[in-house]
Amino acid sequence: MLKTHKQNQTLIMTLNRPEVKNAINDNLLSMIANEICKANKDDSIKTIIIYGNEDFFAAGADIKELAQKGLFETINDPRVAYWQKINASKKPLLAAVNGFALGAGLELAMCCDIIIAGTNAKLGQPEINLGIIPGAGGSQRLLKAVGKSLAMQMVLSGKPINAKQALQHNLISEITCNTLTLNRAISIAEEINGKSISAVYLAKQAILNGLESGLTSAIKFERQSFISLSDSKDKQKLITRFLKK
Amino acid sequence: MKSRFETINLQIQDNIATLTLNRPESLNSINLLMHSELKSALKKISNSNVRAMVLQAKGRGFCSGQDLTERSSDEAPNLGVSLEERYNPLIQSIFNLSFPTVCAVNGVAAGAGVSLALCCDFILIDESTKFIPAFSKIGLVPDSGMTWLLPKIIGFTRAKLLMMLGESINAEQALNWGLAWQKHPKEELSNAACALVQQLVQMPTMSLSLIKHATLNSYTSTLEEQLDLERDMQQYCGRTNDYREGINAFLTKTKPVFKGK
Repeated sequence: MLKTHKQNQTLIMTLNRPEVKNAINDNLLSMIANEICKANKDDSIKTIIIYGNEDFFAAGADIKELAQKGLFETINDPRVAYWQKINASKKPLLAAVNGFALGAGLELAMCCDIIIAGTNAKLGQPEINLGIIPGAGGSQRLLKAVGKSLAMQMVLSGKPINAKQALQHNLISEITCNTLTLNRAISIAEEINGKSISAVYLAKQAILNGLESGLTSAIKFERQSFISLSDSKDKQKLITRFLKK
Repeated sequence: MKSRFETINLQIQDNIATLTLNRPESLNSINLLMHSELKSALKKISNSNVRAMVLQAKGRGFCSGQDLTERSSDEAPNLGVSLEERYNPLIQSIFNLSFPTVCAVNGVAAGAGVSLALCCDFILIDESTKFIPAFSKIGLVPDSGMTWLLPKIIGFTRAKLLMMLGESINAEQALNWGLAWQKHPKEELSNAACALVQQLVQMPTMSLSLIKHATLNSYTSTLEEQLDLERDMQQYCGRTNDYREGINAFLTKTKPVFKGK
């Protein structure tokens, strides 16, 4: 269901339930969460990429499973804990999206720090078609990324947007040719791998923190992180090298 | 592998898909059944390691477009739904195939039949071939990608005026305007399409697929963006087996055997 392999210092996680277009059932979600936790403790890994295949990323949650969950099961849904684990990743997460990223699939992509997509990407939150709403941050992350009007349009109509629209509205940061999408994510990850680990960690936290706090306190947080790096070995080494040029 | 359809024929053999429109009695007009069969056929093609495709038709015409007997009711039809649910996905699925496609246009291609041909890479014709946009003659706009594809193929003005008039262009014009890649005598058209597709299937399929994408991308990119794209594509291609095969064959002066990977 989930394949992982390491390429240099990047862990590539490939969703592998092609017969159901990578529908994210509880099992798969828990595996994703566990692999991310494991990678965060593995010093040989600096970045994590989540990928499906050239035709689809993940077409949603497992509807059959969803059908079985009534009020009690949903209140006690183990998925909440899995999502928290994914969101707690200190190491950068990148999503490389080809084809459908719908529902839980898009929520997973939006948990990532960077999303790049191929021209065939279709991103949507179609939960409304089943009489429900996004349940794992879909509506909120979408709102923060694309703004009210498009978020409303997507969530209320359930219709997906294409890669070009996603780029225009800041849901993703780059579009590539479909064949090259994963490669591009790997290139970006490798650029990050070459940077100071502590700086990467703190920069990510500062940006994520900005989504939660007001500007003034977020700038304070950023400043504190900045201060904490002022004596770092990496800083000394890299500035010295820079000045020598 | 052969498949049982009513309005079309599909054959997949040796990595070549041969898709034949098979409603000659109605000049291969496109009805609901043909739409659904084309959809299944293209799905099969996408899952079958195909590296080249021929789209051709039986009978004396290539494709006369939408079957107008399905439009004869008094109610105003929702043509938008027809495009959204049937034509647009069809055109996209052919246009986005990641291998070369050859269309053998025997006789008349009209309306959406023209669009079908336009979304293939190579268009081969014979002396009787005519392309008839036709839409404007019944109060419609050209659809199924014609307004996007035709200007890119024959130029802005020619495309616009041809679509406005809705009149036909003949084989000579099609060849002169770059719409058709080659013209063959009628009795040789099918063989010529076969020969071309045989040539294409032996080429490095990944290169061909990326060339399609890169060429199209050049319409909307700056030079710098296109150079970046070429760089990324070349990096990818340089790691394929076909590249290694190509280089080895060149150095050893032998004929390369490309596998499309």
